[in-house]
Amino acid sequence: MNKTVNQKAWFFVLPVFLMVAFNALIPLMTVVNYSVQESFGNNEFFWSGVGWFEQVLRSERFHAALLRQILFTSLVLLIQIPLGLVIALAMPRSGPWVSVCLVLMALPLLIPWNVVGAMWNIFALPDIGLLGKMINSLGIPYNYTRQPISAWFTTVLMDVWHWTSLVVLLCYAGLVSIPDAYYQAAKVDGAKPWAVFRYIQLPKLKHVLTIAILLRFMDSFMIYSEVVVLTGGGPGNSTTFLSIDLVKMAIGQFDLGPAAAMSIVYFLIILLASWLFFTLMMQDEGR
Amino acid sequence: MAKITLDNIRHSYYPNPQRDEDFALKRVALDWADGGAYALLGPSGCGKTTLLNLISGLLVPSEGRILFDGRDVSTASPEQRNIAQVFQFPVIYDTMTVYDNLAFPLRNRGVPEAEVDKRVREIAEMLELTATLRNRASGLTADGKQKISLGRGLVRADVNVIMFDEPLTVIDPHLKWQLRSKLKELHQKIRRTMIYVTHDQTEALTFADQVVVMNNGEVVQTGTPVELFERPMHTFVGHFIGSPGMNLLPCEVKDGKASVAGTVIQTVNAAAVKDAPGKLEIGVRPEFVSFAKTGLPVDIVKVADAGRFRIVETRGGGGSIKLLVKEGDAIPEGSAHLSFDPARTQIYRDGWMVGAAP
Amino acid sequence: MSLELQNIAKQVGAGMHIHPTSLVLEPGTFNVLLGTTLSGKTTLMQLMAGIQKPSSGRILFRGKDVTGVAVQKRNASMVYQQFINYPNFNVYDNIASPLRVAGMSSAEIDKRVGRAAEILRLTPMLKRRPSELSGGQQQRTAIARAIVKDSDLILLDEPLANLDYKLLEEMRDELPKLFAGRNAVVVYATTEPTEALLFGGNTATLHEGRITQFGPTGDVYRRPSNVLTAQVFSDPPVNVAKVVKRGGEISLSDTIRWKAGKSLSHLTDGNYTIGIRPHHISPTAHGEDTVEVEGRVLVTELSGSESVIHFALNGQTWVSQSHGIHPFKVGSNAKLHVDVGQSLYFGRNGELVEIGS
Repeated sequence: MNKTVNQKAWFFVLPVFLMVAFNALIPLMTVVNYSVQESFGNNEFFWSGVGWFEQVLRSERFHAALLRQILFTSLVLLIQIPLGLVIALAMPRSGPWVSVCLVLMALPLLIPWNVVGAMWNIFALPDIGLLGKMINSLGIPYNYTRQPISAWFTTVLMDVWHWTSLVVLLCYAGLVSIPDAYYQAAKVDGAKPWAVFRYIQLPKLKHVLTIAILLRFMDSFMIYSEVVVLTGGGPGNSTTFLSIDLVKMAIGQFDLGPAAAMSIVYFLIILLASWLFFTLMMQDEGR
Repeated sequence: MAKITLDNIRHSYYPNPQRDEDFALKRVALDWADGGAYALLGPSGCGKTTLLNLISGLLVPSEGRILFDGRDVSTASPEQRNIAQVFQFPVIYDTMTVYDNLAFPLRNRGVPEAEVDKRVREIAEMLELTATLRNRASGLTADGKQKISLGRGLVRADVNVIMFDEPLTVIDPHLKWQLRSKLKELHQKIRRTMIYVTHDQTEALTFADQVVVMNNGEVVQTGTPVELFERPMHTFVGHFIGSPGMNLLPCEVKDGKASVAGTVIQTVNAAAVKDAPGKLEIGVRPEFVSFAKTGLPVDIVKVADAGRFRIVETRGGGGSIKLLVKEGDAIPEGSAHLSFDPARTQIYRDGWMVGAAP
Repeated sequence: MSLELQNIAKQVGAGMHIHPTSLVLEPGTFNVLLGTTLSGKTTLMQLMAGIQKPSSGRILFRGKDVTGVAVQKRNASMVYQQFINYPNFNVYDNIASPLRVAGMSSAEIDKRVGRAAEILRLTPMLKRRPSELSGGQQQRTAIARAIVKDSDLILLDEPLANLDYKLLEEMRDELPKLFAGRNAVVVYATTEPTEALLFGGNTATLHEGRITQFGPTGDVYRRPSNVLTAQVFSDPPVNVAKVVKRGGEISLSDTIRWKAGKSLSHLTDGNYTIGIRPHHISPTAHGEDTVEVEGRVLVTELSGSESVIHFALNGQTWVSQSHGIHPFKVGSNAKLHVDVGQSLYFGRNGELVEIGS
C-alpha cells in the first residue's frame, strides 16, 4: 500500500540527517580519503590510488588477523545460537517466574563492555581468579596470559557469557508469539517434543533466528573492547582479531594509509557477508 | 467411534470458584450417540469453546465426568482420547508437504509406511487434495489448509470424535458454502461422530443432526434443527435461530384464550397457562405470519428485499412484527392485518415455553 | 456534492488491481460494493478516500478535482473489518478524536459525542477502554467515530464481517437508519449478496478489478447485465449451464427441453448460457413454466426451515434451495422442478439477452 506523500515530514528528519552526516558520513569520507593517499608527514599527501589496498590485501598480517576473526566468529555463533535457543525453550512462558528469568537474562547485556573485559580478566587469572584457580586445581594447565589455547578459551567463554542472553531474549519473544493452537494440534497428532520443536517452533522462529544470527555475526566480527581489556590481543598476537590489529596499525604505528585501507576492506567484508546471509535466509519470503 | 456422555460437568477458569458467575460452564449433562453430527451453537462467551476443549481433553473439568463409551476419560490427555480437532485458523506444519502433513499423525504412531500411503491417498481423494500432495503445505489457500487440518484428523482410523472450532472463520465467504457442504458430505459418507462449534446458525443447522443451543454457560435447548425451529422452548432459541428471529409480543391470557392488544390470537398452549406471576409473551416466527383480511391490525413500516423473499417489518400489538413474503406475492400498503399460524404460535412465561418442562 | 470517478485505474507492478472504471455516487445514497475477496473493493475504497493514488484517471468531488489531494484533507471517514480503535483512549476520547484534530470547541465536541454515543447505544460505556468492550461494542465505537465528523464520504470496509451472526443481523438493520438523514456519500463493501439486498440503495458488483454493473440494488439483482454480475450477486451460487435454442425449443440436453415462450421468440437460434437461481428449483411442483428433471443427490443441507440440495445433472453440479424439509438420501435420484419462467439468458459474450420463458 502506498503511503501518502507529505513533504513537511522532511523537516523532522533534517536534524537527525545532519547528525548522522556529521558523525558517520564525514569520518567515513575522511577514511576513504586517507586510504587512497600517501603521506610523509607535514600534512603533505600524494595520490596512491589502490596502492594501500593492494598492500593490505596481500599482507600476511592481514590474512592472519582475518583468519583468527573468522574462527572466532564461527565458534561464537556455533555456541551462542543453539545455546540461546535451548535456554529460551526452557524458560517459562507464563507465571511468576517469567519476569525473574527475563531480568536475569538481561543483566549481562547491561554491563559496559570494557567492564566485562576487566571482570573476566580478574576472574580467569590462574592464581587468584576463581575460574583460573578452579581449572588449574582440576589438573588442567591453564594460563590465559601465556597459552594461546587458554586465551582463546577464555575469550570465547567471555563472549558467550556476555551475549547469549541477546539470543535468548530474541528467541523467547519469537516463541511466545506462537499461538497455542499449534501446540494443541501437535498434542492431538501425538507428536513427540522433538517433532514439536522441529516442525512447529523452529520454522516459526525463522525470522527471529535470522536477526539473532545477523546481529551476533556483525557484533562479534567487530569485537574490540572486551578482548583488548582481557588479553590485549595476546599472548603474542594469538587473540589479535581484525579490529585490534587495525587499531594497532592506525594508532600504534600511525600508518594511516594502510589502516584506512584496511578499515574500508573490513567494512566491505561485513557488509557483503551480512547481505549474502540475509538474502539466503529470506529467499523463501517472496513466494 | 464412541458414545459420549457428559455427566454433570461444571467448569471454572478460576482456582477457587465460589459463585455461579465464576463458572464458565454452569451445568451440562448430555448424551451423544455414535456417528452423529452435532453442533454447539451460541453467541460469543456462551461456553461452547470451553465445552469443546473439555471434550477434547485440552481442559480438565472442575466438576463432573466425561465418558467415552462408558469409560471415564475426564483426566485423559487428547492423544489418549483419540480425538481430532480442527481449529479456527488452519494449523499446518509449514515445512512439510501436504502428503507429509497428512501422514504425520500416522507416522507418530508407528504405522507402517505402506498403510500410511494408502490412508493418505484415500483421505486426499475425499478432500480433493490429491493434485497438491507433493506441494509445500504453506503454499495452499486458507480453505486448502483447513482441509489439511481436517485431513490430519480423518487419516487416523481409530478417531473417536472429530471436533470443529468455528472452522470456517478464515475461509473466503464465497468458498464457505463449498467447504460447509464438503463437511456435510464427509459426514454422510464416513459417519464418524463430529462436533461442530459455531455462532452461525446456518452452519449449525445445515451441518448437524442435533444442535445444542447454549447461552451464558448453560444448555438452553437440544434438538434437531426442525425441532428448534418449530418448537423453541425458550425465547432465546427463538431469537437466535432463524433469520430473522422469532417475533415476541406481550400478551394476556384470560379464560384459556390469549390476546395481544385486544385481538385474540390462537396458540398452541394457551390452555396450559395457569394464573401465575411472570411476563407472558407470544412468540411466532416470521415464516408463520401472513397477511390476512382479519387479525392483528398493524402498520407497515419497511420492506426489505432478500431476493427470494421479502422481509416486511410492521408495527402493532405493542411491538414490532416481521413477516416473510414470497417473491412475487403482493404486499399491502399502509396498514393491514396479520394472522399467525396457530400450530406454530406459542406462549412464553419469563422466556420459557408454558407447558414444557424447563 | 457527488463523488465522481473518471476512468480510474490502479496498476501495481504488472497487474491491474482496478481496470479503468467510471462511477458517479450521489450524496445521501447508500452504495454497496459487492464482490468476492480480492475483487478490488478495498482498493477502490482507498482510491475514493485518497489513501491510494490512481495510476490514471481523475476523481472529482463536488465538481472539483481532488485526485492529488491527501486523505487528511478529504473529509472522509473509514470503518474497517478489524474494529480499529485507539487502545489507549476510552470510548469518549475515541469518538472525540477526529473532532479534536479538527480543533472543535469542547462544548461542541461534548454535544456531538453524546449524540453519536446515544445513536449507537454506547452511552453507558463511554468511560471504558476498547479492550474492556465486546466485539460488537468496539465496532460500534469505530462507527461512532466515523459518523461524528459529519464527513462527506463515509467508507465501510466489511465492518460486520467479524461480528457474531445475530449481532450482525441487528447492526445490519440499524446501519442504514444511521446514515439516513445525512448528505454524505456512503460506500459499504461486502462479500454477502444478502447484505447488499437487505440494505437496498445502490449496488456495484465487482469482479477481478472491474465494476460489472452499477445501479439500484433490486435492478442489479433482478436484471444482471451479464453472467459475471449474476454470479457475484447470488448466494448460493446461481446455476449456470449451456443451452441451445432451435426451432422454438430450448434444450439443456437431449432429454431436457422445453418450449421457448413468447419473450424468447425474438432470440435467434443458437447457443446461449442460462442462469437459474437455486430457489427456482424445488422438489415440489409450482408454477406453470416448470420443467421436471431428475438428478443424483450429492449433498443435502437441511436447516430448520429450508433444504439446500446439491445434485448432479447433465455432468455438472446444481444447487436447489427450497422451503420445507426434504431429506433426500445421498446418492438417490431426486425429481426436481425447475421454474424456467424466471431464468436468465446470456448471449455469446455473457451479456444478458432475455429473462423469462
